[in-house]
Amino acid sequence: MASSDPVSIEFMGKTYQVSNDTTLLGALLETGWDCVRGLGCLGGCCGACATLYRLPGEAHVRTGLACRIPVQDGISFSLVGGFPCPKPLYDLSRIEDPRQALFDLFPEVTGCRKCGSCVQACPQGIDVMRGMWCAVFGDFAAVADLFQSCVQCGLCARVCGAALRPFLVAVYARRTQGALLTDRPSALLARVGQIEAGVYEGEWGSVLRGLRADSNQRMADSR
Amino acid sequence: MSYPPELKALIRLVEKTRPQRVARARRGESYPALTLGAREERLKQFHPDYRPDAKRALAVGPNRGDLVPVELADLLESHSRMDPDEVRLDRIDLETDVLIIGGGGAGTAAALEAAQAGATAIVATKLRHGDANTVMAEGGIQAATAETDSPCYHYIDAMGGGHFANHPDLVEALVKDAPDAIEWLERLGVLFDKYPDGRLRVRHGGGTSRKRLHSSGDMTGAEIMRVLRDEARNQPGICVLEFTPALELLLDERGRCAGAVLLNLETRELYVARAKAVILSTGGLGRLHIQGFPCTNHYGATADGLVMAYRAGIKTCFLDSTQFHPTGAVFPEQNAGLLITEKVRGLGAQLLNRDGEEFLFALEPRDVASACIIRECTERANGIATPAGRSGVWLDSPMIDLLHGVGTVKRELGAKYLQFQRFGIDIGQEPMLIYPTLHYQNGGLMIGVNSETSMPGLFAAGEVSGGVHGRNRLMGNSLLDVVVFGRRAGRAAACLAREADTPTTLSLEHVRRFEQELAQAGRPDGRCGPMLLPNYAPDHIRARRVVLREA
Repeated sequence: MASSDPVSIEFMGKTYQVSNDTTLLGALLETGWDCVRGLGCLGGCCGACATLYRLPGEAHVRTGLACRIPVQDGISFSLVGGFPCPKPLYDLSRIEDPRQALFDLFPEVTGCRKCGSCVQACPQGIDVMRGMWCAVFGDFAAVADLFQSCVQCGLCARVCGAALRPFLVAVYARRTQGALLTDRPSALLARVGQIEAGVYEGEWGSVLRGLRADSNQRMADSR
Repeated sequence: MSYPPELKALIRLVEKTRPQRVARARRGESYPALTLGAREERLKQFHPDYRPDAKRALAVGPNRGDLVPVELADLLESHSRMDPDEVRLDRIDLETDVLIIGGGGAGTAAALEAAQAGATAIVATKLRHGDANTVMAEGGIQAATAETDSPCYHYIDAMGGGHFANHPDLVEALVKDAPDAIEWLERLGVLFDKYPDGRLRVRHGGGTSRKRLHSSGDMTGAEIMRVLRDEARNQPGICVLEFTPALELLLDERGRCAGAVLLNLETRELYVARAKAVILSTGGLGRLHIQGFPCTNHYGATADGLVMAYRAGIKTCFLDSTQFHPTGAVFPEQNAGLLITEKVRGLGAQLLNRDGEEFLFALEPRDVASACIIRECTERANGIATPAGRSGVWLDSPMIDLLHGVGTVKRELGAKYLQFQRFGIDIGQEPMLIYPTLHYQNGGLMIGVNSETSMPGLFAAGEVSGGVHGRNRLMGNSLLDVVVFGRRAGRAAACLAREADTPTTLSLEHVRRFEQELAQAGRPDGRCGPMLLPNYAPDHIRARRVVLREA
């Protein structure tokens, strides 16, 4: 195939000819499709472009991020766009035992059938299933570590046959691990206190007023 | 996929020079940095900002006569997307204390502070909540938390980076609030990298005299956005309207900002949203593709807030200064424009030309580095061509594992590692191809220390505002900007809302006045704004499009 030959792709059941060196999302923009949903950072970190796709000759449905999947001749895909996944509401300041509160907020989390669909589905290669079991057993530090690179695409919840919401469990576990299960670094608190108490005003006065006068002059000159 | 044969052949040249370069690096020797004079030379000759045809003087508005990029001038001198006479301003569709336009880091931080202060808030955002430039910030957030650091050093660094043009009061607020911003984020559950003893881990960034970059892996912005968005959704007082951008600001009979006309992108309805205070947090302008450069920005970075506020008479500053990030990926084509964090160079990766040789000190400030790379590929013709026709130079990431131990690249640059692994490239083994990419809007709407604009009732925070970073932003000060000034905007807006009366007569008179100004200036060419979403449809598709009449 010459480097400039277009490829044939299928989006929502319709066939289009697109450049062979683009991604599924780039292809969508090329077709002139009215793009509102399903586009975000275009760089693989916001999760907006969660997509379902099939490769030519294969039977199973794959998942991924459309902005990261290169086109190939015969690929067929649709954008997930959004799906019902209610987020439980919580007030961090009212949670006494985050490990116990997990079961009030996400009662379905113990229902994991260990099918591994979530692990297959995650575009970031996260062991989602292991993360859920770590959460159930209260090892929030492990959950935090496993889900560091989660982009909140929600594909794990989309494919879960037991209706778990792993990407939301992950945020909850990470936040409570940081906010409630870890002490604030004392040096940080000390520095905040120093600034509030005006410890730096002397240094500020002597060094920076000179700098400020210089820069005020530059500002005045530039206007 | 991976590198094609012609690029693999050039990589062998890089591999040939690598042992000596690593040896020199281990000895602490580096390519000599440019003198201040030489920096100026390079910038004048090669930085995109300095090209004579890149800018034009604005013909209308509060900054008439100022030079801005032509792509931005087209939008600042544009007509409204709607006819003011067709909007029923006596029918209020949405009512709130604080209307926040733009749901990225700054807008969400503002919403949280407004809610904390007891105000109701509506966040009207163009895409999904959190789909913003914030989510892509990688390297970290600056704050003077280390014992050997102080807000004074942070101040000096920020001023130096900004070419001493920064507005001093804003920088003072930025650096003094910084440690508190880190503490606030920690209390919300953001997981910053820490040493085993619990101390916050801090690193150097470009232009920092002390280590003060706090990070969460290589996804600091994504982590912060994840947490802020989750907390906003927990708040009953915050209503988030997704896929609902603003088309125009609304003023009241006293000339105060009183809300906005919102558009539901999916149902094409207009909503009249009335508020006692409005915060613009609409982000940057990457999708204008200044001078045809690819960008690192998200799909919606189209300068909407600048356009609406300019029409309302808000002055801007430093819009003639655009930040190009020196290292945007240019291969594979699917990754074109993707940000390759400065951290890669911080870890020791060198920039190499076609011959596998260094041609600049890797940690020059961003604008200087960009100019040098452009020079290497143009005047010196030492760049590497990609199959798609782009030019680039090598960023020799395999040096990192050689300098710091096998596995460093995968561990410290996990997200990038994955982005290239998807295309069959192991960046621990093979260098990346990069070229400067459009990255950040250094200037913007002028604000005071409480994020207030010159118009009562209107605030601005984050990338849409100007003055904090002067003419050039330092790495890690943008995430800080959105948190510090987003919070200040939220608090100030809530305070105003407590004291202010509900606006009575809403008006779009400022839009009509701007139209008259356009006509008088002889700029009737029909371009409309804000852009809302960029249009990448090829010409042959556009040629077949029509606007249907109503059935």
